[in-house]
Amino acid sequence: MNRMRWTLLVSQLRTQKSALIALIILGIYVLAALAAPLAPHDPNTIHLDERLLPPSGQHWFGTDDNGRDYFARALYGARVSLSVGILAMLVSVTIGTIIGAISGYFGGKLDTFLMRSIDIGMSLPSFFLMLILNAYLKPGVVTIVLIIGLLSWMSISRIVRAETISVKEREYVLYARVSGQSTFRIIFRHIIPSIVPTIVVAATLNIAGVIMMESSLSFLGLGISPPDASWGSMLNNAKGYIGENPTLALFPGLLILTTVLAFNYLGDVFRAAFEPKVNRR
Amino acid sequence: MSDNSLLEGRGQARTGKTPLLEVRRLAKHFTIEKSLFGRTTKVLKAVDDVSFHIHRGETFGLVGESGCGKSTTGRSVIRLFDITSGEICYEGIDLAGMNERQLKPYRQKMQAIFQDPYSSLNPGMNVMELISEPLEIYGGYSRSNRRDRVIELLERVGLKREHADRYPHEFSGGQRQRISIARSIASGPEFVLCDEPISALDVSVQAQVVNMLEDLQQELGLTYLFIAHDLSMVRHISNRIGVMYMGKLVEVSFSEELYTHPAHPYTEALLAAIPIPDPKVLMPTDRLLQGELPSPIDAAIGCKFRSRCPYASRRCGEEEPVLKRIAPGHYAACHLHE
Repeated sequence: MNRMRWTLLVSQLRTQKSALIALIILGIYVLAALAAPLAPHDPNTIHLDERLLPPSGQHWFGTDDNGRDYFARALYGARVSLSVGILAMLVSVTIGTIIGAISGYFGGKLDTFLMRSIDIGMSLPSFFLMLILNAYLKPGVVTIVLIIGLLSWMSISRIVRAETISVKEREYVLYARVSGQSTFRIIFRHIIPSIVPTIVVAATLNIAGVIMMESSLSFLGLGISPPDASWGSMLNNAKGYIGENPTLALFPGLLILTTVLAFNYLGDVFRAAFEPKVNRR
Repeated sequence: MSDNSLLEGRGQARTGKTPLLEVRRLAKHFTIEKSLFGRTTKVLKAVDDVSFHIHRGETFGLVGESGCGKSTTGRSVIRLFDITSGEICYEGIDLAGMNERQLKPYRQKMQAIFQDPYSSLNPGMNVMELISEPLEIYGGYSRSNRRDRVIELLERVGLKREHADRYPHEFSGGQRQRISIARSIASGPEFVLCDEPISALDVSVQAQVVNMLEDLQQELGLTYLFIAHDLSMVRHISNRIGVMYMGKLVEVSFSEELYTHPAHPYTEALLAAIPIPDPKVLMPTDRLLQGELPSPIDAAIGCKFRSRCPYASRRCGEEEPVLKRIAPGHYAACHLHE
């Protein structure tokens, strides 16, 4: 990305306070996830004498049905949810960008083949596919990252393909071809750098979707294996105690909601910053 | 049948060798519409049966209005895409059927400068990276040698060494075009396609760029195919000029001859459209073009210019004129000259 785009981005962040708030929220979550080992309680130690306590000075978010400190669990859950979100996004952005750029650059039969394959892939209900795959594979962070990543790159590759088709007609790409540069080099040095803004927008929105998917899978008990926590598995756990201690559902729910909302907001701001015409409306 | 002797002019006698570049019966058709079963139903004949040659050290100008196929011709010559039919001979070797691997040695010898100085330079790369790209491909330079070479090239096109670390958006249109020129001569080419290199520039800058191109041609012995949509600047730089109309060459001649004795009515109209920098001179509006350009998609019979031609006769509607020699080195495709 060149400097002009950065300036635009900074001015967007300054004018749109909600974007700044989104960035601050995400910053706090990321820092908190990194600092999780500093929490005063262990997330997995069971205290059966301290079950289902309401929030207090001792236990900020209260305790769950096994007497585990809910705040510590939320922090460790943030590690899982955010890292799954970022890693799965990286997987899907990498695959989506490469397939999309190849499809758009070469065009013709290859393009038709790839795009029709994506159409088929997108028409499969990915959530069921995820459930089925998860049943056969060993649950864990790596599995869930790969499953989500491999099932969510299609929409990114469509966006990248469309952008590639427009960029490849620019004269600097024509020049690169005239000067005898290899196709690999043209795609990686000229085309992909030119569509980074689009990829950033797609990636940001993709993280939000991925975090939702991870939460849903964990909620169904198919994500991270117990006793480790993720926001989705905490929600799952809380559903049996909704009458006794509703805060158990409230905290992970709020965390998921604010994270997804913040990423969506940020995605919108990135888009506005990179397409200056949009924000003039 | 193509008649090669058709396009031989005095240029041939001057060098006495085979031309550096010879284009024979070049055609490039674009598919507009396909039927359900993949059969092409509508075709745009962007370039249709065009032949010309360019001698070493010569500048061949190609003029015509927007959409007449001059850029497509230029881009076909440097093999930016596969052509529909015809031959593109570089030093006698046909490039038309070559794949990218076979073309690579020719890519170094044939370079290009494009029209839009704003989109022809990658905005994410600085001048150093931009100009050293062709050097990286053809090797032979170490990192520090490359920097020296880039600075040498920058100074040659009238820029300064401190410009090397700046980005394209920090330059004016004229300076960007100088960067493009430096980049195009970096690999030591013999042939440069100048695809409307001055159309996007101010008139004052146009002259500077044209003079620089001429100087470089002298120093480096370059051969140019110079594409433009107006005749005023082309006259200064070109030895010979070809006039295109709707995918066809309608007239080819030496620059001075073309200006003093235009043979095709379309060339006359183009010459009449050159503005005269004197407010007292009235524009001869009766000689400017009237009428609409016919659709290039429909396959029309007869002369394509007849809808706008003041001299159109019945024969023009029935028979398409072919390029014929009307004077030494001067060819025109018009029934008036028979």
